[in-house]
Amino acid sequence: MKLNINGEEREVEVPNEMPLLWVLRDELGLSGTKYGCGIAQCGACTVHLNGMAVRSCQIPVGAIGTSSVTTIEGIGTPDEPHPVQQAWIDDQVAQCGYCQSGQIMQAASMLKMNPNPSDEDIDKAMSGNLCRCGSYPRIREAIRRAVKNITEA
Amino acid sequence: MGKLKTITRRGFLVGSAAIAGGAAFGVYNFKTPIKNPLLADLKNGEVALTPFIKITSDGVTLITPRADKGQGSYSMQMYLLAEELDVDPLTVQQTPGKPDAAYYNGVVIDEGAPGLGEIVGKLTGMQITGGSSTVPDMFVRLRYAGAVARETLKLAAANKFGADVASLKTENGSVVLADGRRVPYTELASAAASIEPVQDVTLRDEKQWRYLGKNMQRVDITPKSTGTEQYGIDKRMKGMLFATVRANPAMGAGVASYDASKAEQMLGVEKVVSIQSGVAVIATNTWLAFQAANAIDIVWNNGSFPSSSAEMWRVLEDHAKPEFQNVQRKSDGDVDVAFESGEVLEAEYRAPHLAHAPLEPMNAVVLVTDEAIDIWTGTQIPRFIEDHVAAATGRDKTEIRLHVEPMGGSFGRRLEDTYVLQAVEIAQAMKGTPVKMTWSREEDMAHDYPRPMALAKAKGKVSGKQIDALKLDLVSASLMGSQMGRLGLPAAGPDAMLTTGADDQPFAFNHYQVTGYKAPEMVPISSWRSVAASQNGFFHECFIDELVSQAGADPIAERIRLCNDEVSRKVLEEVAQISAWSGANPEQGRGRGVAFVRSFGVPVAEVIDVTMTDDGIRIDNVFVVADVGKVLDPINFEAQVYGAVIYGLGHAINSELTYENYKPQQTNYHTYQGMRLYQTPNIVVKGLENAEKIRGIGEPGLPPAAPALANAIFAATGKRMREMPFNKHIDFV
Ligand code: FES
Ligand code: FES
Repeated sequence: MKLNINGEEREVEVPNEMPLLWVLRDELGLSGTKYGCGIAQCGACTVHLNGMAVRSCQIPVGAIGTSSVTTIEGIGTPDEPHPVQQAWIDDQVAQCGYCQSGQIMQAASMLKMNPNPSDEDIDKAMSGNLCRCGSYPRIREAIRRAVKNITEA
Repeated sequence: MGKLKTITRRGFLVGSAAIAGGAAFGVYNFKTPIKNPLLADLKNGEVALTPFIKITSDGVTLITPRADKGQGSYSMQMYLLAEELDVDPLTVQQTPGKPDAAYYNGVVIDEGAPGLGEIVGKLTGMQITGGSSTVPDMFVRLRYAGAVARETLKLAAANKFGADVASLKTENGSVVLADGRRVPYTELASAAASIEPVQDVTLRDEKQWRYLGKNMQRVDITPKSTGTEQYGIDKRMKGMLFATVRANPAMGAGVASYDASKAEQMLGVEKVVSIQSGVAVIATNTWLAFQAANAIDIVWNNGSFPSSSAEMWRVLEDHAKPEFQNVQRKSDGDVDVAFESGEVLEAEYRAPHLAHAPLEPMNAVVLVTDEAIDIWTGTQIPRFIEDHVAAATGRDKTEIRLHVEPMGGSFGRRLEDTYVLQAVEIAQAMKGTPVKMTWSREEDMAHDYPRPMALAKAKGKVSGKQIDALKLDLVSASLMGSQMGRLGLPAAGPDAMLTTGADDQPFAFNHYQVTGYKAPEMVPISSWRSVAASQNGFFHECFIDELVSQAGADPIAERIRLCNDEVSRKVLEEVAQISAWSGANPEQGRGRGVAFVRSFGVPVAEVIDVTMTDDGIRIDNVFVVADVGKVLDPINFEAQVYGAVIYGLGHAINSELTYENYKPQQTNYHTYQGMRLYQTPNIVVKGLENAEKIRGIGEPGLPPAAPALANAIFAATGKRMREMPFNKHIDFV
């Protein structure tokens, strides 16, 4: 089947029910998207489907059709980070970093829909993303910084 | 701070060696009185010398043997080297290096056998990351290596240009000549390797520090913020296959029988392999392997330990008896006499088994060939893995090559290596093909080597407005016995971990006794962030709070009165200061609690504010003061304290492993939640620098979190939280 991933057309031959997460990681080598739980409890696998944050471990690849998939690799790079990624770097959010692709994808999608979130909005949008290292205070700081970066840009 | 400047050669010798195209600087292998015969025909200096710094014409590489599980130790090791070497940690290369005895950890063993660490560590070449030991162990060693390398490079430059060494400076990877000309280290490396290294160096005074003591930019922060950090689980090799396992949750008991006929027919399945602990599936991708593994019918053998938590609690209760007494390091005054008169307060406390559950499930990539067994994985015990794999496969140790990969968390989890041994078993069935074995989250939760469950019986007495007597009887299985047994280092004699966190606190009660009772090993147990202090600190500090409130004393003032250590007292005073402490009950429906625990040599006090809302307890603020002697990296110091507090609070609120039929009933994060962002309080962190010795901060922030919360909940509601997790007894927002 054909998939639209980070603006490119990719072809894979896998069962329809295979979760997008594993197609990205094992079939396409896009390993920035992480496996943490497989049951929509941790958010490590978060990607954008038509711009919306979704848990890729819950999306059967056969259901995607022509929708566009964006992964952490698709929003920015080490040389040209996305404003949310830049805020994450500036606030030094990551500890082990394993959850952070998902955190960043979740935050980026929230800010797109809600460029000036309240503390409560942030709590709501981000609480499905688990961080076992406890980087939450820095995640809050980085989101506020990203809001500033984006509005000033 | 002590006089660290004057310490130069403390049990180690830094030297240099020629390597292909340049020089290496680092620690010599064992300095035996007899000349090592191997050294005679060495061509490549790397074997004799375990480097921390390599300089070739291609560039500078810093070697960071202590594992980075997220705590930032790679960065810290690089900045320690760079501080003396004068290079930019963000532009030089980094590698964890090859496992080697010269990277021994002289501090971690000290915690169990004070004073012996340096000797035992060297003898066993115990390259372990843990016990918040990286900074204390490496603070001098790495700066010294950096200084020796720098001075040797300067000498090489002086020889080459006929200059006076004293006229030379170093800056950002170059020696600067008196006339301002810059000679890159890379051009001096070969010359430096051919001269005797300069051993007599003086470490820079902290006033001259460029990096240390200021916020450091983590070397891995950009990859970790852009999805480009390659963890063990991300390793990819040409022709690689993907595997997973299902092992008996009754660890060690193995399989009675299994039927894989369905799985063998499934799409993408290459092979079903029987392994010691269970069954493995090798397939063309991880998801197909998961699917097939779940389709195998397996009959497990019964374990050799009680099958349920209820039974395990009974075992602990049965062992709170004199004949099972194992350790008693604290016995002041006479508690029995004290309890003969007056009102005696008694309470029982419990702490459950807890999984580490780092977000990256355990995994390893293994390639078995005639030449070697190559292993790529994240671990805290690289040398033990090499030993264990050699023993399990009958291969020579030199043929086991371990490549340590970045880790998605650990919290002590990667002090165990069964997942690696499983991956080796699987790859042996696929000789010549690299195989990546990944555990499902469910497999991970069922085989975590948890924190032990523990029981405390507490007795105490107040006299007037003061605490007079405190007696704690602590019962659990021996953590050191279980963990060290698997590392092949059987721990004889008493296990100090039964009481650590409760009998090593800086308080002087008139009558004070802490006794550890040893129950048999049940579920195999291991070190969980902050180890024994996480449960024993909870017992000790909550019961002190009970006595304080019976005495009608102020929780901070009474602790200060009882405190017999100057550094700790200042920590308590400071936490009162930054939290604007005025007592335990600020207003109706709110509560403040305090707790103090000294662990890994670091005294930490925490004050927690809670509010009783209609939806349950909300944690509002946490004020933390810790003294590590010297805060080397304030921004990461704060992050580590945040992490430890959140890990401590999250588990105290809602996490436990309960066993039924040998299996934890918690199979994934839906039943093992930890803390989420919306529950995260405002956390204020302050570091003090009064302590004589420098210490690490990865763990010590954790132990006071649970008791401070329990004490705050009592202040707000009048309810004592004597059992973790607290949500068994009260609701949380
Ligand atoms: S892996 Fe998808 S939410 Fe955890
Ligand atoms: S940074 Fe380790 S899980 Fe979030």
